[in-house]
Amino acid sequence: MSELYGRFGGGLATIFVALVLLWLTGMVLAPNIMMIDYALRPNLPPAQIGGPDDVYSFDNMLYLANEGVHRAIFFKTIWASALVAFITFVVCYPLAFWLAQHATPAQTGLAILALTIPFWINEVLRTLAWYILLAFRGPLNAVLLSLGIIDDPIRWYGNGGVLAGMVYAYILFMLFPIYNSIESLEKAQIEAARDLGASSWRIHWRVVIPHAKAGIATGCVFTFMLAAGSYVAPALLGAPGSRWFTEIIYNWFFEGGDWNRGAAYALVLLVLCLAVVLITLKLARVNLADVAK
Amino acid sequence: MSHSVELQDIGMTFGATRAVRDVSFAVEGGEFFSILGPSGCGKTTILRMIAGFLEPTEGRVLIGGRDMGGLGPNQRPTAMIFQTLALFPLMSVAENIVFGLEARGISRAERAKMADELLKLIALEGYGDRKPGELSGGQRQRVAIARALAVEPQVLLLDEPLSALDLKLRQHMRAELRALQRRTGVTFIYITHDQSEALAMSDRIAVMSAGVLQQVGAPRDLYDNPQTPFVARFVGETNAIAGKVTEVAEGFAVVEADIGRLRGRAGQRLSVGDAATLYVRPEALTSGTADNKLQATVERIDFEGAFALAHGRFADGSALVASIPGAEMEHAPEAGGEAMFGFSADRAVVLVDV
Repeated sequence: MSELYGRFGGGLATIFVALVLLWLTGMVLAPNIMMIDYALRPNLPPAQIGGPDDVYSFDNMLYLANEGVHRAIFFKTIWASALVAFITFVVCYPLAFWLAQHATPAQTGLAILALTIPFWINEVLRTLAWYILLAFRGPLNAVLLSLGIIDDPIRWYGNGGVLAGMVYAYILFMLFPIYNSIESLEKAQIEAARDLGASSWRIHWRVVIPHAKAGIATGCVFTFMLAAGSYVAPALLGAPGSRWFTEIIYNWFFEGGDWNRGAAYALVLLVLCLAVVLITLKLARVNLADVAK
Repeated sequence: MSHSVELQDIGMTFGATRAVRDVSFAVEGGEFFSILGPSGCGKTTILRMIAGFLEPTEGRVLIGGRDMGGLGPNQRPTAMIFQTLALFPLMSVAENIVFGLEARGISRAERAKMADELLKLIALEGYGDRKPGELSGGQRQRVAIARALAVEPQVLLLDEPLSALDLKLRQHMRAELRALQRRTGVTFIYITHDQSEALAMSDRIAVMSAGVLQQVGAPRDLYDNPQTPFVARFVGETNAIAGKVTEVAEGFAVVEADIGRLRGRAGQRLSVGDAATLYVRPEALTSGTADNKLQATVERIDFEGAFALAHGRFADGSALVASIPGAEMEHAPEAGGEAMFGFSADRAVVLVDV
């Protein structure tokens, strides 16, 4: 703090500190405290708010624990998000490795441009594109039918559709951290491993992946969080059988009219996501500061 | 018996550049062989072709008599020591050393035993659990050598591994490398741009310039009998006096230069009338009388410890450097004055200009 004042002088430093505090209170603390407050109160008619029944309790959370369908969807959302992160990793790793170690600068530029262009379009529209591609009478089924790979069109909407939509939506969040971390790996290390007789698998397992660990963990954390909080992909590409927990939260707020229960559900999701992320980072021995970089 | 490594007319073209052309030489088993040349001369390209990181566009590489064409670096009986060493920073020293054995599927217990043996070989016992980052430059160097030796290569390829060390350590590591090579009997092929390094360590040296092999020979041989002007100038210090050949007889030639008629050994076939240069080493120039006499203005005397170097200019403005042994320092010419230098004809070499 004193360094900040030393460097920028009293006026400017005070403005910086005030802005940070404003950000923290306005953007982080206030909404979350509101949500916790909502989550712990019962849903009451306006007349009874502030009355004798308006007391803090865990009833809203317990409701989720006792409601079998919601509970199942909650856990499915968690593991399916992990699956999304894993599949995104599997898709991105080879590409990131190629871009970082083998591609010429021109190829890297072109590939990154090609990957970035779709992100100039709104997420809803991008997901709608998949909605069209995966339609029962859509282009994907038509191509597969004409190639003779399938005999009858497949219903893609549902788990498969949601997975595809999410992997596509979050690919850059995985690609860039991994690319950055692999790029800093000295080429000679890969050559040395190869020269010492290591197979490609071993080179990746022992040299590249350990080096890129922080990037991989960062990518996985991003993708997992985004997937767990995703709404558009499951809403558009899902089927009744593939409901996502965010859809249930949405329903409590906008259809059930029970904001308190919705807030409680959201809070539980937030806490569990945080736990999963922290445990993952702990296991990968990566600290939060590395991820922030 | 077949040679340890043999290059047959190898060439390498990158796009429009011919990095290496028509290079052939053979390295014998157990030899310390250096490839010497300025940066960009193609020496690293040659090393990478031997290692298998590059496939020559022309010619063949044979190791132990076997054609290496189409074999990757993991399939060749070579191990490379990289300029940056390329130790794996996240693995312990012991893991680094036995990485090649791990890749060969050798059991953990066996690997631990080998790691201990190799750590002993490089005098780093007890350092096995450290990370490479915790070692000094010289220690890391030794770990890189042990890691390469662990896979029991027939040929060890070294890509200027000493260039990052400071002078004292570099000199120490030279001796250590040489001793290690003697002890293990492995063929070493050593790349360097530092001629004193090559002269000090090698059994034989191949000198490269602009992708072309200039000469292969023992250090002494290259120094005394350079066959090309490049070798004469690049290996060791020399005085070059340009002129025209006026006389060739019995292995000697006379060069008519602006500063006089000078006689030296004919380093190659010469004919009268050739534009040629006479090369004479600084230590061959003495102040005493000899076959050839040269007058020069001494500009300065650089004291180097065991000897001193007299820098001067001939009447035509070309530079002269003469070495004065420590014992004769009292008789050294004065800076600023005129002095006579002489050399005997068999200490000078005449080569045709190219």
